[in-house]
Amino acid sequence: MGRKLLLEHINVPGINTFDVYRQKGGYASVEKALKTMTPEAIVEEVKKSGLRGRGGAGFPTGMKWSFLAKPEGVERYLVCNADESEPGTFKDRYLMTYIPHLLIEGMIVASFALGAKTSYIYVRGEMMPQIRILERAIAEAKAKGFLGKNILGSGYDLELYVQPGGGAYICGEETALLESLEGKRGNPRIKPPFPAIAGLYGCPTVVNNVESIAAVVPIINEGGDEYAKIGIGRSTGTKLISAGGNVKKPGVYEIDLGLPVEEFLYSDEYCGGIANGKRLKAVVAGGSSVPILPANLFLKTINNEPRLMSYESLADGGFVSGTMMGSGGFIAYDEDQCIVRNTWNFTRFYHHESCGQCSPCREGTGWMEKVLHRLEHGHGKMSDMDLLVDVSKKIEGNTICPLGDAAAWPVASAIRHFRDEFEWHVTNGAEAVTRNFGLAHYADPLPKPEVLA
Amino acid sequence: MLRVEDTQVSVEFSPELLNKFADVVTRYPAGKQKSALLPILHYVQAEFGWVSPQAMDKVAAYLDILPIEVYEVATFYTMYLLKPSGKYVLEVCRTGPCGVVGADKIMDHIEQTLGVPEGEVTADGLFSWRGVECLAACGYGPVLQIGPEYTFYENLTNQSVDKLIGDLRAKAKN
Repeated sequence: MGRKLLLEHINVPGINTFDVYRQKGGYASVEKALKTMTPEAIVEEVKKSGLRGRGGAGFPTGMKWSFLAKPEGVERYLVCNADESEPGTFKDRYLMTYIPHLLIEGMIVASFALGAKTSYIYVRGEMMPQIRILERAIAEAKAKGFLGKNILGSGYDLELYVQPGGGAYICGEETALLESLEGKRGNPRIKPPFPAIAGLYGCPTVVNNVESIAAVVPIINEGGDEYAKIGIGRSTGTKLISAGGNVKKPGVYEIDLGLPVEEFLYSDEYCGGIANGKRLKAVVAGGSSVPILPANLFLKTINNEPRLMSYESLADGGFVSGTMMGSGGFIAYDEDQCIVRNTWNFTRFYHHESCGQCSPCREGTGWMEKVLHRLEHGHGKMSDMDLLVDVSKKIEGNTICPLGDAAAWPVASAIRHFRDEFEWHVTNGAEAVTRNFGLAHYADPLPKPEVLA
Repeated sequence: MLRVEDTQVSVEFSPELLNKFADVVTRYPAGKQKSALLPILHYVQAEFGWVSPQAMDKVAAYLDILPIEVYEVATFYTMYLLKPSGKYVLEVCRTGPCGVVGADKIMDHIEQTLGVPEGEVTADGLFSWRGVECLAACGYGPVLQIGPEYTFYENLTNQSVDKLIGDLRAKAKN
C-alpha cells in the first residue's frame, strides 16, 4: 500500500470546506512556513525533496524556483498551471474538485517562498465547476486570515485569483499560458527569456502544475529529506496517475514512484487489470503525447527487467523501446482497440490544437491527420507509413514549443511498434474498417502477471 | 470566421454584467486590464448565448483595447461561440480515451435523436451539439458538457443521453 500524501483525506466528507480541511491538519504548512521559515529555507526544502514538475516535463521544481530573478522593486508572480488538457490526464481536475484547499495551501507557501504578492491559478475554461469550487475555497481561506493582508500576522500579503482559459490545449505550455493570462491568443513565446526572468507582464514568474504545488504541502510539513525517501532514484515522492482506457477500475491513484507497472496495472489496489477479460495490447503511460508502447515492451524493459512507474524506468530504452512518465495520463488499450484509429484520433487532436504559429506544426499536423484518416478509412498506401514518419521528423524539434514534439511522437511510435497493423489497413482496405477488425493478431500472449499468481 | 450578417442584433450590457466586468478588472495590475478579456467573454457568452461582433466591439471599448484584439482572442479559443447556437449545446469529448470507450457512438446517437448534424440548431432552438477535444475526464468517458455552467455528464450511454435530453426539454418547457 503506497503512502497518500495528497489524497489521504480525499474521501473525508466535507474535505472541500475550510473547516473540515483544517480539522484534518490543513494549512499547517502555511503556519510553519510563514512563522518559522525564510523563503530561502522553503526553496531549500523543495530542492532537497527532489520534487520534479508534475505537469509533464519533470524539471526539478526547487531548481526552477531558484532561477527566479529577484530584482528589487519589481513584482514577481506565481502562476499555477491548471490548464489540464492532455488526453489521458485528469488528475488535476480530480484534486481541484475534491480537495481544493490543498492547492490553495500550496499556493500560499509557494508564493511566500517566491516573494509573490499576487498569484493566479489559470484553470482551463471547460472546468467551470472547478473554478467555482476554487473561488469559494479562496473566499473561505481569505475569511480565515490565510489570504489577503498580513497573513497570520506575519506581515506577508497575498492575493490569489482564479483565471479561466478559453479552451486551448496549447495554454498548458507555460509561455502560452502567460500570453493567455495577459488576454491574448495562446501563442507560445520564444525562449529565452524564460518566465523566471520575464514572465507575466514581463516580470519574473514561476509557472507550476497543480500537483507540483500541492506536493509542496507535505514537503514543508514533513521536510524535504523525508519526501525524498519515498520513490526510487531521482524519481522521488508520490505521483498521481490518472488511469483510463480499458482498465477495470479507471480513476486517479496516488502511487509511490518506483511501483512496478505490472502491479499498477493488475493489482486490485489500482487498475484491477484489463476490463472484460481482454488481453492488454498497448499502453500510453504519460498522456497522449508520449510514445505508445506495446504490452510486452511496457511491462518489461529491453533488458527484460520489470518496468517501474518512475521517470527513469519508463524512459529506459529511449524512444526505441521506452516512453515517458509525462503527466501521468495512463491509457490502456485492450486487444480489440485499433492503433491506427487511435493514432488518427490523437493526430486530429494535435492538428486541432496547434496554435498555428509555426509552419511545421500548423501544416504538418494537418498532413498527418489527412494521411492517417485515409489509412484508417481503408484508402491508404504502403508508402504512407514512411511518409508519416518523414513528416513527424520534420515537425519534431522544429517548433517554438513542444506541441510539435507531442504531435510527432505518438505517430512515430505507433508506426515503429505497430507497423504491421498499419499495413493490415492498407492491404485489407475498407474491410478492415467494416469488420472493425481489432487486429488481435498483434497482441502477444502475455505471461500471467506475477502479482496475480 | 466571424459572420457579419449576425451583427444586427442589439447588445446592451446590464448593470449586473458591468459589475462583474469591473470585479474581474480589479484582479490585475493597473494598465493590465486586457487580462480580463477571457473571463469577460465568458460572461458575455453566458448572458447572450454567444459572442457577437457587436458584443465584442463593446467589450473592446470597455477594456480600452482595439476590437481586433477581441476578435483574435474570440476566434482562437474554442469555447467562444461565434454564431447563435441552441439554448443547450451538448459538447461531446471525442478524444483518445473517450474514443476508446465509445464517444463516436454517443455522437451518432445524439445526431439521430436530435435530427440535426454537428453544429446545427434544432428547429425548436433548444439544442445543438458538437464534438470537442479532450475534456480531462478520461477515466469517466464518454463524457459531455453543457454550458454556461459546463456541467459534466460522465459514463454516457444511449439511455443516459436520452434521459438528459428529455430532462432538458422538460426544463425548457417549465
